[in-house]
Amino acid sequence: MVPLSYYLVLSGFLFACGVTGFLIKRNIITIFMSIELMLNGVNLSFVAFAAQWHALAGQIFVFFVMVVAAAEAAVGLAIIIAVYRTRETLNIDQVNLLKL
Amino acid sequence: MLNLHLILFLAFGAVAVAGAVNLLAQTHPINSALSLIAVMAALAGEYLLLGAEFVAAVQVIVYAGAIMVLFVFTIMLLNAGVEERTQGSRVSVLLGIPGMLLGSILVAWVVLRHSGTEAVAVGSLPGDPKTIGQMLFHEFLLPFEITSVLILIAIMGAVVLASKPPSTPAAGLTREAE
Amino acid sequence: MTQNPYLWLIPVLPLAGATINGFLGHRSSKRAVTTVALTFSGLAFALALYIAATFSAADAPYGFTVAHWIRSGSFSVDFALYLDQLSLVMLLVVTGVGFLIHIYSVGYMWDDRSYYRFFAYLNLFMFFMLTLVLASNYLVMFIGWEGVGLASYLLIGFWFTKDSAASAGKKAFIVNRIGDFGFLIALFLIIQNYHSLDFTKVFAQVQPIAPEIAGAGLLTTIGILLMVGACGKSAQIPLYVWLPDAMEGPTPVSALIHAATMVTAGVYMVSRSHLIFERAPTALMVVAVIGTLTALFAATIGITQTDIKKVLAYSTISQLGYMFMACGVGAFSAGVFHLMTHAFFKGLLFLAAGSVIHAVGGEQDMRKMGGLRSYIPVTFGTMFIATLAIAGIPPFAGFWSKDEILWQAYSSDHGSWVFWLIGVVTAFITSFYMFRLLFMTFFGDYHGAQVDEHGHGTHVVGHDGHGEPHESPMVMLVPLMILALLSVVGGLVGIGNRFEHFLEPVFGSGAAAEATGEAASRGTELLLMGISVVIAFSGAILAWFLYISKPYLPQKIADRLNGLYEAVLNKYYVDEFYRRIFIKPLIDASTNILWQGVDRKIIDDTVNNAADGARHVSDEVRHMQSGNLRSYAGWIAAGSAALIAFMIWMGVR
Repeated sequence: MVPLSYYLVLSGFLFACGVTGFLIKRNIITIFMSIELMLNGVNLSFVAFAAQWHALAGQIFVFFVMVVAAAEAAVGLAIIIAVYRTRETLNIDQVNLLKL
Repeated sequence: MLNLHLILFLAFGAVAVAGAVNLLAQTHPINSALSLIAVMAALAGEYLLLGAEFVAAVQVIVYAGAIMVLFVFTIMLLNAGVEERTQGSRVSVLLGIPGMLLGSILVAWVVLRHSGTEAVAVGSLPGDPKTIGQMLFHEFLLPFEITSVLILIAIMGAVVLASKPPSTPAAGLTREAE
Repeated sequence: MTQNPYLWLIPVLPLAGATINGFLGHRSSKRAVTTVALTFSGLAFALALYIAATFSAADAPYGFTVAHWIRSGSFSVDFALYLDQLSLVMLLVVTGVGFLIHIYSVGYMWDDRSYYRFFAYLNLFMFFMLTLVLASNYLVMFIGWEGVGLASYLLIGFWFTKDSAASAGKKAFIVNRIGDFGFLIALFLIIQNYHSLDFTKVFAQVQPIAPEIAGAGLLTTIGILLMVGACGKSAQIPLYVWLPDAMEGPTPVSALIHAATMVTAGVYMVSRSHLIFERAPTALMVVAVIGTLTALFAATIGITQTDIKKVLAYSTISQLGYMFMACGVGAFSAGVFHLMTHAFFKGLLFLAAGSVIHAVGGEQDMRKMGGLRSYIPVTFGTMFIATLAIAGIPPFAGFWSKDEILWQAYSSDHGSWVFWLIGVVTAFITSFYMFRLLFMTFFGDYHGAQVDEHGHGTHVVGHDGHGEPHESPMVMLVPLMILALLSVVGGLVGIGNRFEHFLEPVFGSGAAAEATGEAASRGTELLLMGISVVIAFSGAILAWFLYISKPYLPQKIADRLNGLYEAVLNKYYVDEFYRRIFIKPLIDASTNILWQGVDRKIIDDTVNNAADGARHVSDEVRHMQSGNLRSYAGWIAAGSAALIAFMIWMGVR
């Protein structure tokens, strides 16, 4: 039997990796992938809790998270393409037209 | 106690961890994308262990199969290369990493203290499509309908944003502004 | 208290005149302005006469409440009027002399550009003075008190384009305010202890209190503070310095306000509060000492002055000192008697001086006058009568009142021979400088310039372009003659203590010394009377000696007593002393501490530093908005960590 905390630690670790990638990566697409990693980590914890407490709502929620992640991925990648068209770069440090 | 559940958990977990770390370690985005696919596959296995077969299936089909494919296509379209080393922001490293570590440690501490060592049985919760479907169309009907609208908006947004801009002299100007 | 529903008309009539002239005067003809001004003040005088004629001692005091004012818990003050014998005397003096001066001003101010403004202010002054005199409580009196101060300021600075006039107006008002501060504290003490400001109520509560022998006590404090207020208004030491400067105003103003009426408000107030003073011997002593010293002090300064109006100003201060001396020895009715006669002869002196100034084309320096007797005989005649009156030569008015004061100063319970002696010396000096003025102005040879069409200074004169001094028009001479008549017969009401008996219901049987030792005191009284007559004559003779028979002597004496002479000529440098001790430190403190320090450094700098601080903070914070998405991510991670930590901490607590 696997204690719940193991699942949660794994989920936390994935989330932390996602945050780290968001912070240190420079390619926009990689950053976006880190966001997806974060979402996956959260999904895992949802499902784990759903199993723990016998609440199917957790899995439903995962379902919805995935739907939103899909929508977000679509729109986000479209934005990235639009940014690429204007800035000709995928380096996030160069998308800084709001700089003072 | 060592049993198959634990072994399988550790196996899938190891793959997930390795994939996550690899995502960070790689410089080319395509490698990161493939690592992410590996992570998602491992997670699908974890879901199965928790008895959520529908979610696992959806994970593989939608997440790994559609979203990541979209990522790969975009990488291909934009011809993303190895990323350069630029010094963009010190704040993100100086403030963000410690912050993230602090947050994770805190959450982990809380979780480990309070969650107990109760085990989760394999397949204890029926996660079959029939049950999920019933719940989806009864208790969660409203969110379901709204997410359909959300997807519609996302489709429209993506199409508009990613469409080719009208070929005007302005396009040429933005090129030269680089 | 008998109700008299017409009392309120007396102050309000001049107010109506002031309002009409003030708002409509600049577009009206001089005739209209004159008519309005004279009508309303004349009506007030007529009404005062009527009230005096129908006044019955049995029905006194009369009162009338015009409107409610303050109702605050147990404390209430109304707009209420009060008429008893004392108010009646003041009322007649103010309206009578006031009306005469209005008539005089028609002639004097005829050629002034702001003719209507003068009469508006003059009527306004009448309103406030009558409010003061007819007040039924200290607060309404204070309204009048402040109001006459305002009118005085307006009228002193009437020719406000002249710097010295504007400054003199300010000086008068500010010095007055210092006295008013004492007055106000006295009022607060009265409110605190007697829970009312109404005369009848306060005095009813004060009546049964025994005199405070020890010296320090509530009534003494109230009395001294009231005296401070009176010092400011009635120009006693140390707050007299504004009165000589007030001569910058037109001469009718000097006559009305600074001789006959406003400056006597202090005497009236002290007399009205006599019940308080009689129970506070120390305060009474303070009043007497201040009055006596002021009388002597001002008289000595008057000897050396060369400006005709300044001599009269110091003479006014000195005579006011006499009145306070009288009040200070408990002889309040004598003080009021002198107030009345002084209004007559001092008003006459000022108006005649105005006539002289008018005649010589604006010149006020007596050294440039002389020998005017033949040019302006009527003015000379009236001025001569007034001089006899003020010098205390019988049977003119001043003799009766001044002698009464000197007698009371000697014989009253609160008096002493010291007061009497100083009073006699002052009488000698008074007689001397008044006759000096008369001789320098009207006798000898005319030293002045030929009178030409352009009058000197800002004094308005009407000329026909003659080359020599000329008499004033009838409209100015008639008031002079009326006042001269009053100066002759006005004192006769004092014979046989008739005046004192008239005021007895107000002051009680004041002079207790009268009852004791009838025969002996009668002889002493006649002896002292004789001494004062001799003194008055000797002052006149000395003046004749120095200024007519041996006119070179005064200069030689002045040279011999050089330092002393200079000191007296410069008014003992009191103004300079005040400037050094009070004004300069105040201005320096105000500039350096309040302006530079507080206003600039503390207030302005606080505001500026707050603004700078905000700017600096925002300078630092703006780095968060770098446009760099990764730094945003970093901030988000750090912030969410902090938030999680906080929530855990709260949960664990």
